[in-house]
Amino acid sequence: MAEVALRNVVKKYDDVVAVSGVSLDIPNHEFLVLVGPSGCGKSTTLRMIAGLEEISGGEISIGGEVVNDLPPKDRDIAMVFQNYALYPHMTVAENMSFGLKLRKFPKSEIKTRVDNAARILDITELLERRPKQLSGGQRQRVAMGRAIVRNPKVFLFDEPLSNLDAKLRVQMRTEIKRVHQKVKTTTVYVTHDQVEAMTLADRVVVMNGGRIEQIGTPNELYHQPKTRFVAGFIGSPAMNFMPGKLETNGSGLKVRLSDALSFPVPENRAARYRPALGKDILFGLRPEHITETRGSNGAGGNHQDFSTVLDVVEPMGMETMVFFKVGGAEVCGRVEPTAAKGSGETMQLRANLDHMHLIDPATNLVL
Amino acid sequence: MTATTVAAPAATRSLMGRASLSRNRRWALIASYVFLIMFAIFFLLPPYYMVVTALKSDAEVAHMAHNPWIIAEGLTFEQFKLLFTQSDFLIFFKNTAIVTVCTVVITMCISVLAAFSLGRMKFWGSGILATGIFLTYLVPDTLLFIPLFQIVKSVGLLNSYWGMVLVYPTLTVPFCTWIMIGYFQSIPKELDEAALIDGAGQMQMLFKIFIPVALPGIIAATIFAFTVSWAAFVYPMTFLYSADQQVLTVGTVTSLIKADVYKWGMLMAGALVAAAPPLVIYAFLMDYYIAGLTAGATKG
Repeated sequence: MAEVALRNVVKKYDDVVAVSGVSLDIPNHEFLVLVGPSGCGKSTTLRMIAGLEEISGGEISIGGEVVNDLPPKDRDIAMVFQNYALYPHMTVAENMSFGLKLRKFPKSEIKTRVDNAARILDITELLERRPKQLSGGQRQRVAMGRAIVRNPKVFLFDEPLSNLDAKLRVQMRTEIKRVHQKVKTTTVYVTHDQVEAMTLADRVVVMNGGRIEQIGTPNELYHQPKTRFVAGFIGSPAMNFMPGKLETNGSGLKVRLSDALSFPVPENRAARYRPALGKDILFGLRPEHITETRGSNGAGGNHQDFSTVLDVVEPMGMETMVFFKVGGAEVCGRVEPTAAKGSGETMQLRANLDHMHLIDPATNLVL
Repeated sequence: MTATTVAAPAATRSLMGRASLSRNRRWALIASYVFLIMFAIFFLLPPYYMVVTALKSDAEVAHMAHNPWIIAEGLTFEQFKLLFTQSDFLIFFKNTAIVTVCTVVITMCISVLAAFSLGRMKFWGSGILATGIFLTYLVPDTLLFIPLFQIVKSVGLLNSYWGMVLVYPTLTVPFCTWIMIGYFQSIPKELDEAALIDGAGQMQMLFKIFIPVALPGIIAATIFAFTVSWAAFVYPMTFLYSADQQVLTVGTVTSLIKADVYKWGMLMAGALVAAAPPLVIYAFLMDYYIAGLTAGATKG
């Protein structure tokens, strides 16, 4: 187990910059998730830590040792791949012990480690099977087992759950978290699924266009996004963005979204937003902060009720998504199933302004 | 009542649809069988003629009044006995076996290593080199034998079956390498990355991961190399002229046809025995052969 540090790491493919000056400190035992859309550089960053990609600039160190020029086998890392990458001609036990055999571990030690890992992952009865005789979930467990037996300094996961169906993905997510709690090895995990990132991570790194947009705990990213990208990427359904203008409202401020709809800015935020007075801004509010008026516990909070005509209504069982237009932007709210009206009907909704965000459209930074 | 009335035509339509499908399938099967039977007759008649002739006495073969397609005067193994005792057939067989085994070993060593490097270890010019190797396969041996004659002569292997060990790989290596490149490329790249992280070097990766995983492709290539070496005709015809150095294909023909005297019985017996090893190998490894060729073919 060891800490991992990236200093201004750059990866270029000819003239294309895939990763641009990424700096990151991952303390010992941490579960760090790199998340972002396809092509954001997260997998490339992971592969550079693994040594599967050469770095074009910067420095990577594992356990205090700079590993820029070390081949993967000398970095003492283990990696779990999206497609499992199990050796098809070997049994589960042989797959798990392959790395140890190459490192010339004694047979008794190999057996002990394989048995321990198999017990942790509950695959003891699969040890003599070949990969093609296993289900997707079992294969992924074996791939994790192959990583665990090595007892490496760092675990690297490259979208390990992407090939599994939705139900199995949730099970394996819990499994990965459980394993990390047991073995506590420093882990870097790449995914494009923000739910996976939020549920697994001690800290999440949101990447976009080869750069780090924000690093923080799942809650920090959710509640205090620093950029429009992070605000929109984290959370499902995504945060609503409505164009508007910041105007005075007596002694306070208000966000005017359309001629008919303005939201007062909570007093405790007025000072922060005042420099943007008179400017065009983007008003951001998550769907769960647009609810029905009846039954909402808005007492004491800053909220504003408004009426709107619903475009689309999507019942989800435990809640209902309602979609409507504000100043040309499509907005989503989450309401109680019993409170929802039908499409085309007018509904009274409540915006919880304690959770609002204002974004400068010129810089895409959250104010 | 209404439900029954509505359901009945639907059920009839469904049955009619199924009947039509089944009729289509029956016609397709009949056509398939007709063509397969014609194909089988066309290709099995020559071997049948070989077997029948090899099991006849010289007298019966020469007897013009007999139907050549049946054994009229009793089955005999006389031709095989004569072949093994009164001709150099066993020497040809031994020479062919040595040449073929050596060629297959050399071919597979070169092809597997070349295909691994060209298919997996991307380097500058690897794509062009791979295409170039395949293009050499398209040059026929009837064009190559003149320059190769000079080479074989210059290394002192003219009229030696070891010269065949030198020249046969020019026929086998390009195609085998091409099959293996396709096979190696079809193996997911994560497999070698996993092996790299597990601590394998390039050679360990080749021998412990790639060769076992690509075994069907390797067997397909081996069968191809074996068949080409076993059946080669132009090169031994050109480079070998002593009976003690000759191989089966040329040796059987040259020693059993003297001017206009054809020893048909022995020729057919010789052809049968010569065809046996490839037949045995195909029979045992056919599944691997098909799997290997398919993998090579579907890889873009």
